[in-house]
Amino acid sequence: MNATWSRFNITSIVLGFAFLYLPIVLLIVFSFNESKLVTVWGGFSTKWYVSLFHNQGLMDAAWVTARVGVISATVATVLGTLAALTLTRYTRFRGRVLFSGMVFAPLVMPEVITGLSLLLLFVAVGLDRGFFTVTLAHITLTMCFVAVVVQSRLISFDRSLEEAAMDLGATPVKTFFQITLPVIMPAIVSGWMLAFTLSLDDLVIASFTSGPGATTLPMKIYSQVRLGVTPEINAACTILIAVVAIGVIIASLANKRREVQRQLDEQAAQRG
Amino acid sequence: MKSLGSIRRDFAPWNDPNAKPYIQFDNVTKKFGDFTAVNNLSLTIFEREFFALLGASGCGKSTLLRMLAGFEEPTAGRILLDGQDLRGIPPYHRPVNMMFQSYALFPHMTVENNIAFGLKQDGMPKPEIAARVAEMLKLVKLEQFAKRKPHQLSGGQRQRVALARSVAKRPKVLLLDEPLGALDKKLREETQFELMDLQQKLGLTFVVVTHDQEEAMTMADRIAILDKGEVMQVATPPEVYEAPASRFVAHFVGNVNMFEGKVAERTAQTTRIAGATGAQIVVENAGDAAAGADIVFAIRPEKIRISSRKPADAVNALEGEVYDIAYLGDMTVYHVRLDDGQMVRASTMNAARVTEDPLSWNDRAWVSFRSDAGVVLTR
Repeated sequence: MNATWSRFNITSIVLGFAFLYLPIVLLIVFSFNESKLVTVWGGFSTKWYVSLFHNQGLMDAAWVTARVGVISATVATVLGTLAALTLTRYTRFRGRVLFSGMVFAPLVMPEVITGLSLLLLFVAVGLDRGFFTVTLAHITLTMCFVAVVVQSRLISFDRSLEEAAMDLGATPVKTFFQITLPVIMPAIVSGWMLAFTLSLDDLVIASFTSGPGATTLPMKIYSQVRLGVTPEINAACTILIAVVAIGVIIASLANKRREVQRQLDEQAAQRG
Repeated sequence: MKSLGSIRRDFAPWNDPNAKPYIQFDNVTKKFGDFTAVNNLSLTIFEREFFALLGASGCGKSTLLRMLAGFEEPTAGRILLDGQDLRGIPPYHRPVNMMFQSYALFPHMTVENNIAFGLKQDGMPKPEIAARVAEMLKLVKLEQFAKRKPHQLSGGQRQRVALARSVAKRPKVLLLDEPLGALDKKLREETQFELMDLQQKLGLTFVVVTHDQEEAMTMADRIAILDKGEVMQVATPPEVYEAPASRFVAHFVGNVNMFEGKVAERTAQTTRIAGATGAQIVVENAGDAAAGADIVFAIRPEKIRISSRKPADAVNALEGEVYDIAYLGDMTVYHVRLDDGQMVRASTMNAARVTEDPLSWNDRAWVSFRSDAGVVLTR
């Protein structure tokens, strides 16, 4: 890269990043505010973090969110992987187009509609809204994302690996668990993380399908903000941002390390 | 004793009427939808044979191999291995192993785990697996790479791991799908001889699929030449080269000059051929071509002598003009345009460093050959 740092370039970068990150920076800064007033700086303090951990309502919501996230992401990963396998392996069955359309529809479906229709369904079948229904809704929402991620990996998967395993005496089931699954595991893990993140920050579908006793963190934050933003909420959001940022950084570092290691290995192999 | 191609072969069960066939394709047909990949094909392969399936892409050779391995079932006909009908037996229960063109090494396993994979599936005891893996690593000279992953190996090393993995279970038959296709030329030539040694050492039956005629000629005891799902000829490499069964085979393997013509006259000893463009050719071995039949006389370039004067003793001598010369080091290839318009390719071994009577472009020249130098093809 041989970019020149002209005044125009610098200005556009600063403006661009400011547009994207200024709100988040403000939120983080004000989470360390001494003052109770959100917009007036009263000196540095971490007291809101302390009071956050004593706010039973917020802590309960965080716990619900974590459980919903883990359970729904796990179930969605299993179902999404199965859907991806079906779509890549069985290319000719009756209703394949319909099936793939239905698997991927939630990707583009407005969340309000997904939420509303799920709510109508739960009411119609008489399910009490709560932890179970919001988990179910999140599975529906995130499964298609997992399917997309896993399918893209499966398309480039070398089928001769499976044939080689069967040729060497492994039954199809053993082949799947010893060869296919380990090879596509990175994609499955990314799919799980994507599903977990989506579940973590979903507000719309959760508001439709959740019930008393199963308030998720985004719902809790939203309802508290309507009564006025407190620095406590800022602190909660800062922690959320930190968790997500650390996750992203770890993932990309691990990726980068693997890439560098692979290149070194290949160079070593070339030398013999 | 005279023999084709200056090779004497002691291992030749295909000439023994009492030899028991090991692999048998009986009228096998394989269709994919409307496309017929293999068409009513019959083929016999013997134990400990190094057998090559040679053909251009899409000729059905890989399909044959995959049917042997069990990845495809024949649409019609049957395949026997050591007397046993293979129909319905899944790949994981067949006593054959395959080395894949892409090698198909398991990327998440080390070299030794790759080799041990098949043995573990059989439930072999651990100490025995370790011993067999060590033996295999030694066989392919990869002892110090046991703990590496496939992506840490060079192309040649990967090829050897794939080979070790496929022979580790001591299969009855080893199937090799373009085993040397991904290697560069020099490495490929070395590996051809390594493969032949390995086959001798292990005493296995090898069936190799290749599109490279040189590879098939070098390694195989017999070659089956396939085209459009049918066998064109099954023979030893010298037979394929020196006595091709048809124009297709003559063209497919090596270079060849073809003279279209008719059988003009047959006597007990010789047959005279009248070329379509006027050349008169006398041959000894005209096979069963009857007088008056339309035939093709095929002759390899290295069987043709080229000289600036007409050789006094030549049975067949045709005059023309040197059109092109290619100097290849070990030999020189001349393209001569005969006076009747036919192009002839003649190659001369450069057995000496200096030549008395060199030829140049546009020189008048004579091409001559013995009466047993070529073959008469009726198909």
